[in-house]
Amino acid sequence: MADHRERRRRLSRALHHVTFVVGCLITLALLATAAISVIYTPRDPLEMSIAARLQGPSAAHPLGTDQFGRDILSRVMQGAITSILVGVIAVGIGMAVGGAFGIVSGYFGGWLDETFMRLVDAIQGFPAILSALLLTAVFKPTLTISMVAIGVAFLPVFARLTRASFLEFRDRDFVLAARALGAGDRALIGRHILPNTLPPLIVQATISFPVAILAEAGLSYLGLGTQPPNPSWGLMLKEAQGFLSLNPWYAIFPGGAIALTVLGLNLLGDGLRDVLDPKTASS
Amino acid sequence: MQRYVVRRVAALAVTLFFVSLLIFVVVRVLPGDPALIILGLEASPETVARVRHALGLDQPIPVQYARWVGQALRGDLGRSIQYDLPVGTLILSRLAVTLPLTLLAAGFMIVAAIPLGVFAATRHRRWGDYLTMTLSQLGVAVPGFWAGLLLILLFSVRLGWVQSGGFDGWGAGLWPGLRSLLLPAIALGLFQFAVLARTTRSALLEVLREEYVKTARAKGVAERAVLFRHALRNALIPIVTVAGIQLGQLLAGSIILESVFYLPGLGRLTLAAISARDLPVVQGVVLFVASMIVTVNAAVDILYGLLDPRIRYG
Repeated sequence: MADHRERRRRLSRALHHVTFVVGCLITLALLATAAISVIYTPRDPLEMSIAARLQGPSAAHPLGTDQFGRDILSRVMQGAITSILVGVIAVGIGMAVGGAFGIVSGYFGGWLDETFMRLVDAIQGFPAILSALLLTAVFKPTLTISMVAIGVAFLPVFARLTRASFLEFRDRDFVLAARALGAGDRALIGRHILPNTLPPLIVQATISFPVAILAEAGLSYLGLGTQPPNPSWGLMLKEAQGFLSLNPWYAIFPGGAIALTVLGLNLLGDGLRDVLDPKTASS
Repeated sequence: MQRYVVRRVAALAVTLFFVSLLIFVVVRVLPGDPALIILGLEASPETVARVRHALGLDQPIPVQYARWVGQALRGDLGRSIQYDLPVGTLILSRLAVTLPLTLLAAGFMIVAAIPLGVFAATRHRRWGDYLTMTLSQLGVAVPGFWAGLLLILLFSVRLGWVQSGGFDGWGAGLWPGLRSLLLPAIALGLFQFAVLARTTRSALLEVLREEYVKTARAKGVAERAVLFRHALRNALIPIVTVAGIQLGQLLAGSIILESVFYLPGLGRLTLAAISARDLPVVQGVVLFVASMIVTVNAAVDILYGLLDPRIRYG
């Protein structure tokens, strides 16, 4: 009953929180665009038309066309899928691998903790762009490489968060009681401690998601991520740079899509944090 | 105090060892033969064998690693295949662009972000605060390379005030060099500026709620003195920490901005090396940049300990 009332209070607080509501609306628009573009785009995003190349916005092409006469609106719509996909997978990689590092460090402690934390310090020296450069030099540039590079860049923050939570919980009474009743390490980690460490990890995931989208756009812009002819916002900007004076709209819309998406996700993350933890809301 | 610094430096040495190990594992141990990467799949077996021998790839893996790290410690990062020059020499020559760009962006970030953060904190929950926070939300959302493209579109394509990119070298004089780096530095520093402004605001807001600030006000100390002598000085610790860590991020970010503005720095050197399959250059640049970032992070950590004794003894 009390739980139910608390949930209703939170929902009402959320619905009156401007940041949260605006963030929600933008994020829903992004998800809806991505979902719709799976089955429908105004035109085929790969269909070329030399006669209609580098046009500004018009009734036939609301966001104009690119250097091959492809419809920018359709390509921006499909670019949303790439961004969401990379965001989810990269954050998933950072969370899973970083989380595993944090568990080993925080639960077992000692030299294992010291070694893993130095390794995490080392990984912090590799922002997504640096890992992507190295991996691309050895393998071919692909979307997978960019997902791995971005995921690796997220690893330290998830490792540190998980470690901190494990350090906090491993000596709590309920864990000691479970151990005294004969629970093994696996049960203690998986059933007793891990569920308690999830809330900060989920908040961090919402913060990391827009960062992943920015990173993917940057890598695709450098040619280290999504490869032509597949639509990606970063890749579109790379192509648009060559035609800035001929069709400036070409550079404006994909960049605007990135900025709007990241803004929406950031607002949603900020709002969510305020709603879940009103103590931090004032600052 | 001395023990704390020694411990942090020892930890840095271990971290740098891991940095080198990670790079080595990706280049030499993961599937993919560096000789084939350099020569291409169509190379004859004799040529591949010759290159493998020249690069020391026919040695056992631990020997290869020890040799590579030993040489790197003496400043020898190998030889570029494309330019036939030492990789260290190439990195130093390109740093003449990348380092000033990074420092200029850092300067822009600090000069703009800290006053703006202070302004927002002193007008908490008033229009000035909301406007600053909206600006910083936009700064965090706009990708640096898109900001760069928009700046080119406005100042070069529309207004014709500056060229759209390129760098004539420092030989042409200090001002022409700085002018070429100005727009890229603004675009590069935008994201970090927004983050630092928010950090400054929240650090200052936190300190302004402290008892000693209330006491100072109650004693009739002028608001200006309360703000700058009592509050900002204490809020500086988290601000310095964040700014320090951002230096490394700016160095990495410069790789993208160099491509937007056609600047001949480390980033473009590496991208060209990838196209030319010049593996020693890529490996050398990545080792250099990652080591720089890790070292700056450790230096910030040590500085933090020096500024705040609670960290040293915590």
